[in-house]
Amino acid sequence: MEAYAYARPTTLDEAVSLLAAHAKEGRRTQLLAGGTDVLVQMRSVDREPRTLVDVKHIADTNRLDISSDPVFIGSAIPSAILNENEELKSLFPGLIEAADLIGSTQIQGRATIGGNLCNSSPAGDTIPAIIAASGVCVIAGSGGTRRVACEDFLTGVGTNVLEADELLVGLEFPRPQGRTADGYLRFIPRTEMDIAVAGAGVALTLDDDGTCTAARVAIGAVAPTALLVPAAADALIGTKVDDEALSAAGAACTAASSPITDKRGTIEYRNKVVAVLCRRAGANARDRALAR
Amino acid sequence: MAEARDYRAIGTRPVRPDGVDKVTGRANFGADMNLPNMIHGKVLRSPHAHARIKSIDGSRALEMPGVYAVISGADFPSGAEGEISGEGGGTVSDLAMNIMARDKALYHGHAVAAVAAKTAFLAETALELIDVEYEVLPPVLDVDVAMEPGATLVDENQHTRGNESAGPSNIAAITKFERGDPEAGFAEADVVVEGDYRVPTAHQGYIEPHACTATLDEQGRATVWCCTQGHFDVRSMTAGVLGKSVGEIKVIPSEIGGGFGGKTVIYLEPLAVKLSELTGRPVKMVMSREEVFRATGPTSASHCKIKVGAKRDGTITAATAWMAYEAGAYPGAPVGPGCMSVFAPYDLENFRIEGFDVLVNKPKAAAYRAPGAPQSMHAMESAMDELARRIGMDPIDLRLKNCADEGTQAPYGPVYPPIGIRKCLEAAKVHPNYTTPKAEGTGRGIAAGFWFNIGMQSSAEVRLSEDGTVTVMEGSPDIGGSRASMCLMAAETLGVPYDVVRAHIGDTESTGFCNVTGGSRTTFATGLAVVQACEDIIAECKKRAAATWDIDADQVDWTEGEAIPKPGVNIDVQPLSLADIAGSMGRTGGPILGRASLNAQGAGAGFSVNFADVNVDQETGKVDILSFTAIQDAGTAIHPSYVEGQMQGGAVQGLGWALNEEYIYDDNGVMENAGFLDYRVPVASDMPMIDTQIIEVPNPSHPYGVRGVGETPIVAPLAVTSNAVSDALGFRISDLPLSPPRVLAAIDAHEED
Ligand SMILES: Cc1cc2nc3c(=O)[nH]c(=O)nc-3n(C[C@H](O)[C@H](O)[C@H](O)COP(=O)(O)OP(=O)(O)OC[C@H]3O[C@@H](n4cnc5c(N)ncnc54)[C@H](O)[C@@H]3O)c2cc1C
Repeated sequence: MEAYAYARPTTLDEAVSLLAAHAKEGRRTQLLAGGTDVLVQMRSVDREPRTLVDVKHIADTNRLDISSDPVFIGSAIPSAILNENEELKSLFPGLIEAADLIGSTQIQGRATIGGNLCNSSPAGDTIPAIIAASGVCVIAGSGGTRRVACEDFLTGVGTNVLEADELLVGLEFPRPQGRTADGYLRFIPRTEMDIAVAGAGVALTLDDDGTCTAARVAIGAVAPTALLVPAAADALIGTKVDDEALSAAGAACTAASSPITDKRGTIEYRNKVVAVLCRRAGANARDRALAR
Repeated sequence: MAEARDYRAIGTRPVRPDGVDKVTGRANFGADMNLPNMIHGKVLRSPHAHARIKSIDGSRALEMPGVYAVISGADFPSGAEGEISGEGGGTVSDLAMNIMARDKALYHGHAVAAVAAKTAFLAETALELIDVEYEVLPPVLDVDVAMEPGATLVDENQHTRGNESAGPSNIAAITKFERGDPEAGFAEADVVVEGDYRVPTAHQGYIEPHACTATLDEQGRATVWCCTQGHFDVRSMTAGVLGKSVGEIKVIPSEIGGGFGGKTVIYLEPLAVKLSELTGRPVKMVMSREEVFRATGPTSASHCKIKVGAKRDGTITAATAWMAYEAGAYPGAPVGPGCMSVFAPYDLENFRIEGFDVLVNKPKAAAYRAPGAPQSMHAMESAMDELARRIGMDPIDLRLKNCADEGTQAPYGPVYPPIGIRKCLEAAKVHPNYTTPKAEGTGRGIAAGFWFNIGMQSSAEVRLSEDGTVTVMEGSPDIGGSRASMCLMAAETLGVPYDVVRAHIGDTESTGFCNVTGGSRTTFATGLAVVQACEDIIAECKKRAAATWDIDADQVDWTEGEAIPKPGVNIDVQPLSLADIAGSMGRTGGPILGRASLNAQGAGAGFSVNFADVNVDQETGKVDILSFTAIQDAGTAIHPSYVEGQMQGGAVQGLGWALNEEYIYDDNGVMENAGFLDYRVPVASDMPMIDTQIIEVPNPSHPYGVRGVGETPIVAPLAVTSNAVSDALGFRISDLPLSPPRVLAAIDAHEED
């Protein structure tokens, strides 16, 4: 029986060659950031031995550049660090709102937004917020570094574009300019420690008289992957983001969703609630942008 | 006997003796017992909700290195006889088959085989190598369907008790009682309300999964360590299943991480003993959370119909209740207590109650806090709310109008001794949370709760140490702070400080028989034994003092922890304290100990009134509990903090059941939410602070007036939530849980009408 192993590369090159070597030999690897998904899965659904490759001891994955453009968040940075960073909070209130929803204080001491994205659950809370904030995945592999827009990163339930020899180095976000702000809301039946039944992230730019000049709307938990909903953004652009425009954006979110009925909610329920969340998150983003 | 008195120890709030060790992790729970050469047992569970077991072959598993034994139903004696002692009842035969299926697997997760191996992981791997051939049968999964004539039978040999000639049926038993003339009563009524209410299956949700370790000595006598609410009952149940004498089994209880009724029955112990017998090694078995959900007793889902008629002034003229409870795969849904409690708070002339104990292909129901009462009282207390609305009366006034009192014949038979329901209602009426108007757009609901409480058998021994410290030895596992209460009652009786008393829960061979910690009986019944055992000590201490002073024992009084000569006894001596007497007991006649054993009568019913304010998000259907007030008669609160803790904990469990807890099954009878992520008990941030008010109407059958307090608290919150949500919405949702999808669907359906 093969045993579990643990590797702790200290450079991207070392990590990538380790991944590539294992892949070539047909040995299983799994990247490890905070481990808040990995350890739970290892103890329940999938106990097959593998080599865990820790990404937390590499300089590049620990990089946090907040004052630059683009803003860069390394894939090893736990969300507790992000949530406590005032500048980040003011730049991306919606993204941080999402990161702050994950688990509890204890979980946030470990959990990363990169891990949330790479776990690629349809219900991952930060994913719609990352998409709305125009997040770009910086990926390192044997062939060098490549960049993929977050909405193109996900390929299905629990799957993404990463190859066996690749890892996520971090996420780049264009620095919000002027009256730009975001918002994220999810629905869960409890107040915490639950999985989103639906989620919506909205990022908006307003001009001086409050008219929306740019918008991105993304939804989660209502389709196999989180989705960018251009029709919802179109419903907001050119408006004052009033109730009517928000309702139209909500309706576009409902139209874009293809949820399932399961123990967490019915199709009808998710279709309705995703529109409500889009409206409410949109109003939050608008109010934040107006306050800038 | 017991009127309100001034006490020294009782009513104070010292820290519980077990608290710090639990907080730091030092305390030992069910899974913490480890022995040299110990191996691990795991259970193979049926992947079908209903299937005939055609064959079981463990040979492939046994070939695996590190696997020591495989067992199945064939390894256990068949035809076990007798009834289970303890709270829930049932037969040993059903218990035995629930623990290990014989010819048929009756629910998804039913144990069909078990293995013992070197490690838990190996044991789990070995399970995959046990070959079981099933003939899959269609399951019956719903109480209404199961009652229909011609329904699939869970057990072809099951007949309705008392109606055997009618042929086999899923209805195991029917309970009926009636008083007066309900039809005439309805004819007299100005207003009649009728409703149909469903409550889902709910699990006790104890944090600690079932766990035990068993070993046999060279003479084949077993010792079992386990987490349980009653080790004497574990002993008799394990003996019954294995066909052994209780004298061959010793059970040592660990600390217990919650039970709420669910640890009054057993699942693992006979398997561990059997595996240990076959392998000659200690065997440990620990359930996973998933196993706890799939295979241990939840409480019944129910369907209740209520009809209540009243005069315009609120006087109820008649009431009827019909209720069907899911028993799971074996008879024994708590429908009897459901029937007995449904009208308990009221003084009714005309009523009829009918209850059905119905088999379905789901896990066998086990006791859960006030078993059966939350379901039926949810229905009645919702109907009372409708009635109050219809006649335009305050819901508390309506209940006061029909309230039972001392002397009322309870709907379930006996005449009530002093009870506290009226005082609870009166306290609610003037409670600041009730007199403050509810906020705009929110809803308020109130409901009453009730539980019988029980007495049953208890023993206690109290021992004096040479320095005057006191050891209380009893056999009731402490699930809610009872050791603190025992110490307080001993301190009060002996007249010594709380700190010098230590309570210990003895194993089945170290202390006298005690029934389970259940039925809210421990502080009442075991407490009574402790008090009597302390009185035994006092009597002996008086004798020793009398001998020292050379007077008669009946010339000695015991006050404030000291022996003194009675007034009028003319003798010049210093009082002798408990410590003085203890210090010299070696010279005055030897060790001093007191003992008592009893079958306690007169437990004293517990009533409550709860109310809450809620907000309903009309766009998502989410219900937020804004405030919750629990008022309950505790008789006498020995340790008020732990009484309040029971009230708060019960309220939260009731609210969880009302809001989100439910078993979700697929069409094949597979539970889809067998984990705490999707079986949603409330998290702390879901709940407001639960406000409590203890009412004290002392129970005349206990020297300090104790009534049980542990179970009543879960009863009222179900209807409180339904009533508050109905108030917020302006229409009623009769079924629980009031989960967001159900509430939103109801709002949408209502808008379409
Ligand atoms: C109690 C609890 C509550 C939770 N609550 C929430 C919640 O509310 N919302 C929510 O969305 N999630 C929740 N989660 C899930 C989890 O915490 C999040 O998904 C978290 O963001 C995962 O981050 P991590 O760093 O721990 O990832 P890990 O567990 O380390 O990894 C997750 C996945 O990503 C892969 N991975 C990690 N880093 C990289 C990398 N650099 N490159 C490529 N692949 C990588 C791993 O191989 C793995 O497949 C909860 C988990 C727990 C235990």
